[in-house]
Amino acid sequence: MKAVKSQPWHHPKFWPWAAQLLVLGLIGLLVAYCGSNLVANFQQKQLSFGFDFLQSQAGFNIGETPIPYQPTDTYAQALGVGIVNSLRIMALGLVLATLMGTGIGIARLSSNWLVRQLGTVYVELFRNLPLLIQLMFWYFAVFLSAPPFEQRIRFIGDLSLSQRGLLLPNFLPRVSLLPWIICIGIGVAIARWVFRTLRRRQLEGEPASPWFMATITVVFWGCIAWVLTKEFPWNLELPAVRNNNITGGLLLTPEYSAILFGLTFYTAAFIAEIVRGGILSVPKGQWEAARSLGLKPNLTLRLVILPQALRVIVPPLTSQYLNLAKNSSLAIAVGYPDLYSVSSTTFNQTGRAVEVILLLMATYLAISLAISLVMNLYNRRIQIVER
Amino acid sequence: MESWQNQFKTAFSPSSRQKTWIWVRQNLLSTWSNVLLTLISLGIIVATLTALGTWIFTQAQWEVVTVNLRLIFVGRYPVEQIWRLWLVLLLLVTVPTLSWGAIQGWRRKESVWISCGGIGLVGAIALSNQGLESIAWLGGITGIALGGGYLGAWSQQQPWGKPLKTWLPLLWFLTFFIMLWLISGGLGLTAVSTTFWNGLLLTLLVAVVSIVLSFPLGVLLALGRQSQLPIIRVVSTGYIELVRGLPLIGILFMAQVMLPLLLPPQITVDQLVRAIAGLSLFSAAYLAETVRGGLQSIPNGQWEASRALGLSTPLTLGLIVLPQALRTVVPAIVGQFISLFKDTALLSIVGLVELTGIARSITSQAEYLGRYAEVYLVLGLIYWLFCYGMSVASRRLELPSGS
Repeated sequence: MKAVKSQPWHHPKFWPWAAQLLVLGLIGLLVAYCGSNLVANFQQKQLSFGFDFLQSQAGFNIGETPIPYQPTDTYAQALGVGIVNSLRIMALGLVLATLMGTGIGIARLSSNWLVRQLGTVYVELFRNLPLLIQLMFWYFAVFLSAPPFEQRIRFIGDLSLSQRGLLLPNFLPRVSLLPWIICIGIGVAIARWVFRTLRRRQLEGEPASPWFMATITVVFWGCIAWVLTKEFPWNLELPAVRNNNITGGLLLTPEYSAILFGLTFYTAAFIAEIVRGGILSVPKGQWEAARSLGLKPNLTLRLVILPQALRVIVPPLTSQYLNLAKNSSLAIAVGYPDLYSVSSTTFNQTGRAVEVILLLMATYLAISLAISLVMNLYNRRIQIVER
Repeated sequence: MESWQNQFKTAFSPSSRQKTWIWVRQNLLSTWSNVLLTLISLGIIVATLTALGTWIFTQAQWEVVTVNLRLIFVGRYPVEQIWRLWLVLLLLVTVPTLSWGAIQGWRRKESVWISCGGIGLVGAIALSNQGLESIAWLGGITGIALGGGYLGAWSQQQPWGKPLKTWLPLLWFLTFFIMLWLISGGLGLTAVSTTFWNGLLLTLLVAVVSIVLSFPLGVLLALGRQSQLPIIRVVSTGYIELVRGLPLIGILFMAQVMLPLLLPPQITVDQLVRAIAGLSLFSAAYLAETVRGGLQSIPNGQWEASRALGLSTPLTLGLIVLPQALRTVVPAIVGQFISLFKDTALLSIVGLVELTGIARSITSQAEYLGRYAEVYLVLGLIYWLFCYGMSVASRRLELPSGS
């Protein structure tokens, strides 16, 4: 019998690599085809590529400018305002949605039947409505339909809702914030040491109250800070209204309020489901074991249930945070000048589609990456350490 | 965490009034904090319901909705061609009921649900004076849908009925194209331009077409991400992570603005096609992650067993792994479809007149200026019914494990 001559395609690595090169080639062809069309279209429409337009005058107004901006400033400055506005929404939205979602998630596990049903209704209602519809409802039907400022709806004092927006108290940091931070920092460090020492003693059977002593330590250092600076670090500034002029306080515009409320209520429904699922994933035996060891209910939750539930909660929570960050781009529907909205105006004025899209993509990717990085670090900390 | 029905049943008391009282005491008034919570909840419920009730029955002016009902559902679709859309609705309801009957069986509960839906719609149409024709169509469609459900269930008792289940995907596939043909026309029917496809019609169409188009791409990307081949894996992972890091509105914007720039100047792409392309490319990345979950749930033994039987890698994938993987993720795919359905609302921002876009044009009609709350409430109700209905159905659906 003659030995079959080994052909190159009989090599086990041949076909996999051929397939990969084929895919690579097809992608290359696609890129080349689109690229050549892009160049042809650019030449035909006499467009040019470059980011020099960022330095020219923007010329449009922006409703909310947390950093200084005028229409005479550059496009770069305008986009900067957009980024800061986006971050303003994302940061507050993340905090509020987490708090609200956790609350509703726990409410859905309540022993009270009515509270449980309310939680279910909330989740099913807000989860199954498009965010855009909710945003428009908040904006058009709630905040724009609010009465004019003269007939504003008052809550307490001058805190009110009107067509100008939500008027809330503001927290202003004072100069004395720095000494306060230092004092409280020292206090917390010492309290930690006190707590650990006393806890060890307590576990050895001696009478000690670690929580009480630690709290006392922090309060003591707070008093020292008070003696040193003679004022609180934050100034709770209440708004005051005189002749329909607002002084002080924090005025959330209808646009900002609408996008904040919409994002918070929508994302909270998803977070509630995640929290509920996480707590339910801890076996019932863990509750019973903790109780039979004599742990109080709040200690059971903090020391036994929560650490185990968090492992299940954090990964899907991360993707909800990312969704919230991405969904903040819907602010354009209510006219809040976030990054997407400013970019869209920039595109309409300059016609620089490719450049604007590249900037937009890069910024959103950077934000997404930052969020997932932080959450992954946290996730790694809470996962089980396997021996 | 016993369900309240069980607690109710296990309450051991001779008289039913006492039972109720025990249930109330256990579930609403067990501790002082519980009493407080109950009172607060009751307060919230009463306040919300009275406010909503007063608004709905005394302050709201529903004329803006009843006058524009046709606009909301089918937009500016030519009136003389609307019978085609009724046929589409007929297919859209009957094919699912037939399949449900064949897979799950058809009991009284399903009939009640379908009848309630039909009667509710007929009532809504009758209240808004839309004419007898619509009522007749709706009644007929409800009847045929019920018949379809019973037919599906009955077919399973027949010897020829079992293979029917295997052919259901083909039936859905064919129905999809028949519906497309009915809507767009051509081949003997009057062609209707895509600019006249608006309202709920466009929302449903875009959602269905996008999920159908994104499905093969999503499966390919999932396989690519799981692949042993480094180049394919890097390309797939890169695509998935890139798309998942971007907001949908950015991708739709890109599809509207960049796609014409990337194609030869002489080719013009319809706005609707560009929107569907954007949605499909977006949805494929998310679908890929869903399918990847299914692929990871298949034990390695399945691969090894089919290798031992002498199957090649593509055959193993196609015959052994993918069917099992896809079956496990059907609920997740329905979830993906629901979120795609909700996401179609964003098309109104890039200039398509689907359900949300119609709402924008209705609220800017001169005689109904400022009637936002009514329009958005009805709109929300339509979206909510679809999304909630699909999520409940996907939770109830138990797919056959064999075949």
